[in-house]
Amino acid sequence: MIAGNDRPMASADQLCTYALRLGDDALILAQRLSEWASRAPEIEEDIALTNIALDLLGQARELLDYAGTVENAGRDEDDLAYLRVEREFVNTHLVEQENGDFAHTIVRQLFFSAYQLALYEELISSRDELLAGVAAKGVKEAAYHHDHAMQWTLRLGDGTDESHRRMQAAVDRLWPYTAELFDADDVEKTLAAQGIAVDPSTLKSRWSQAISEVLTSATLTVPETVWSSRGGRRGVHTEAFGYLLAEMQYLHRAHPGAEW
Amino acid sequence: MVSAGALERARAACASVADPEQPVVTIGDLGIVREVSVDDHGRVEVVVTPTYSGCPATDAIRDDIRSALRRAGFADVAVRTMLAPAWSTDWITAAGRRKLAAHGIVPPGPASGGVVDLEIGVRCPRCGSIDTKLVSRFGSTACLAMRRCTSCLEPFDHVKPH
Repeated sequence: MIAGNDRPMASADQLCTYALRLGDDALILAQRLSEWASRAPEIEEDIALTNIALDLLGQARELLDYAGTVENAGRDEDDLAYLRVEREFVNTHLVEQENGDFAHTIVRQLFFSAYQLALYEELISSRDELLAGVAAKGVKEAAYHHDHAMQWTLRLGDGTDESHRRMQAAVDRLWPYTAELFDADDVEKTLAAQGIAVDPSTLKSRWSQAISEVLTSATLTVPETVWSSRGGRRGVHTEAFGYLLAEMQYLHRAHPGAEW
Repeated sequence: MVSAGALERARAACASVADPEQPVVTIGDLGIVREVSVDDHGRVEVVVTPTYSGCPATDAIRDDIRSALRRAGFADVAVRTMLAPAWSTDWITAAGRRKLAAHGIVPPGPASGGVVDLEIGVRCPRCGSIDTKLVSRFGSTACLAMRRCTSCLEPFDHVKPH
C-alpha cells in the first residue's frame, strides 16, 4: 500500500483530503439522484437514476473508507458521511444542485459523468493502489452513466420545442458550476506530481470538447462563461446543500449507530 | 502444511454460494471469487471482486461465503474485497451462461468491444427471435438491462456486457 512510513505527514493529510473530495462528489450526487426514486417520469428512468446513484454510492463508500483509514483518527465511512457538518464537506457545487426538472438532472449528469469519466481514465494509472482500483471499477460505470446522459441530451435537445427549451435552460443554469470541477490547488498538484492524484485542470480541454460536441449535435448552444461558482473544495457550499445534508443525516443523528 | 484436500474443499464451498440476486447461478459461475487460500492453521482467506461498485449483494455474498465455509468445517474465515482488475462479464463461465439462458436471462456478449454495445444479436430467450429492442439500459439489478422481443412481445432481462 501507498500509505507507508516513507510518506511525509503533509502528504497523508493531502491524500485524505483528495479521497474525501472524490468521495464527497460521488456521495452527494448519489444522494441527489436517489431523490428521484418513485418520482421519475417513467419507471425505466426511476430505475436508471437510482442505479446510477447506487454505483456512485459504492464508489463513495470505498473512497470515504479510505479517507478514514489514511486520516487514522478512528472515523469510518459512516462517521464521515453522517457526522460531518456542512463546512467539512468538500464536494463541488455542481453535484449538490437541486434536481430541478428532468432536463436539469440530465444536464447535471452529462456535465459530471463526462468529468468523472475523464478523471477515472487517468486515475487508473495512479501509484495509489486503492485510488487506481476505484478508478478501474468506476471507469466502466462512468462510461455507462455518460452514455445514458448523452442519449437523453440528444433526444430532448433535438426533440420538441418544449424539451429543447427546457434543456437549454438547464444547460445555462448549470454551466457556471462546471468550472470548479477543474480547479486544482496544492492538494491535487502535489499528489499529481507524485503520481497519486490527477490534476483536474488537465482534464478541462477533453471535457470541453466532448460536451461541446454533444450539445451541438443536440441543437443546444454552449453558453459563454460569465461567472463561476466556487468554494465547495474549501467547504463553502450553496444554499441547496444544507437541506440535502439535513435529509441525508437525519436518521443517523436521530438514531446514532442505527443499522438494518 | 495444509492439505490439498482442505484447499479443494474451501474452493468448492466458496464457488457453490448462490448469487443472492440471480440464485440460478453461483458466485463461482459469475467469476467474482478471485482467490481462495488456506493457511497452516486452517484459516481461510477469500478474495472477491464486486460486480458493480455499489452492488448491494456484495455484503450478502460475504456473509454467505462465511456460512458456506463454516458448514465445510472452516471456522476462521476472512473475506477480502479486491477492486482491480475490475470484474467483467467476460469472466462469467460457460456453465454460468448456460444457467442464465435456461432461466430466461440472456447472457452478455463480449465486453471487450466497448462499454455500450447492447444492440448486437440479442436473441429472445422465449421464441428465439433476433428482433429484440432495448427498453431500458438499466434493469432490476445493476448488471441487467431490460429488453423486449418485437416478435412475441415478451419482455426479458439481459446481462449487459460490462
